[in-house]
Amino acid sequence: MKKAFAGTLESGDIMIQIEPSDKEGLQINLDSTVAYQFGEQIKSVIAETLKNLDINNAVVNATDKGALDCTIRARVTAAAVRATGKDVWA
Amino acid sequence: MMFVPGNNPAMMSDAFIYSPDSIMLDLEDSVTMAEKDAARLLVHNALKTIDYGNTEMVVRVNPLNTPYGKKDVEAVVKAGVDVIRMPKTETAEEVVELEKEIERVEKEIGCLGRTQIMAAIESTKGIINAYAIATASKRMMGIALGAEDYCANLKTQRTPSGDELLLARETIVVAARAAGIYALDTVYSNLNDMETFRKEVELIKRLGFDGKSIINPRQIEIINEVFTPTEKEIEKAKTIVAAIKEAAAKGSGVIAVNGKMVDKPVVTRAEHTIELALAAGVITEEDL
Repeated sequence: MKKAFAGTLESGDIMIQIEPSDKEGLQINLDSTVAYQFGEQIKSVIAETLKNLDINNAVVNATDKGALDCTIRARVTAAAVRATGKDVWA
Repeated sequence: MMFVPGNNPAMMSDAFIYSPDSIMLDLEDSVTMAEKDAARLLVHNALKTIDYGNTEMVVRVNPLNTPYGKKDVEAVVKAGVDVIRMPKTETAEEVVELEKEIERVEKEIGCLGRTQIMAAIESTKGIINAYAIATASKRMMGIALGAEDYCANLKTQRTPSGDELLLARETIVVAARAAGIYALDTVYSNLNDMETFRKEVELIKRLGFDGKSIINPRQIEIINEVFTPTEKEIEKAKTIVAAIKEAAAKGSGVIAVNGKMVDKPVVTRAEHTIELALAAGVITEEDL
């Protein structure tokens, strides 16, 4: 795995940065305009998406601008594919 | 058909608010090469998650001869897209190639035959082959003109009058009608000139097009105004449709309105007027 980004800082989007971690588990750092209401939900979507891609050890820095869950899934997957070089399509 | 860039989540989630007949999420020209992978994932997840209601969902994929095309097809078929719009279509063989790719993915997920195809014709070669393209697959639901590339290929440029597009437009309508599919016109990009846009919509309606691609919700109202039949047209069409029902009830093959026999083309036109009025929501089935 190498350090990789996906997403933008535009309204309705989320910027995801993934990098290798020397510690066990996922470390998710979230900066969100809606952190108070949806912070835990956003983190759980990020974690679930990475686990489905079999990524269990990584540092994730997320800057959220009010992204929907489907956008979070897409951006996390894009960053993960760029970080690992393993595409999700045949 | 409203074009929405496939790498803009806010526009993708808000597009349905404006009630276009169809939304085309774009993976081709509006997405840079560096973002093709991310846009594909965004479109896939949006299609799977966002409730677009009755809006027809179309995705413009990259050409199959690029590194992106086949992955685009896989991503959007797996997400349940209604229509794949194929850009820069020049031959029937290209449609057949896309159909094979769609079938491969549909077989994998067990939904054979679900996805329809629309071909955008954007070159002189494509115009020459318009009917062959329109009839290349049973999945074909429409053909559309892409005027910018077409004009570049023709060695001319677009003008407000649209003279340079006349042959292409007429060819597309004739090919679509002969194939029994929809004909869609190209985009008009100058949002500061709504008067020319309206004239262009009026022109393409006269030519026989079923609709037009748009790049901004502000253009929807004008298209609906031009394409929605007038009250007088609807009333006349309703009278003819009522006469058809009456003739059918009597078992008569001859349709008469106010004592005059009505020819088949008049009936066809009346039925089309009713279809448009229903689609525009100005009448309901109960009004008939």
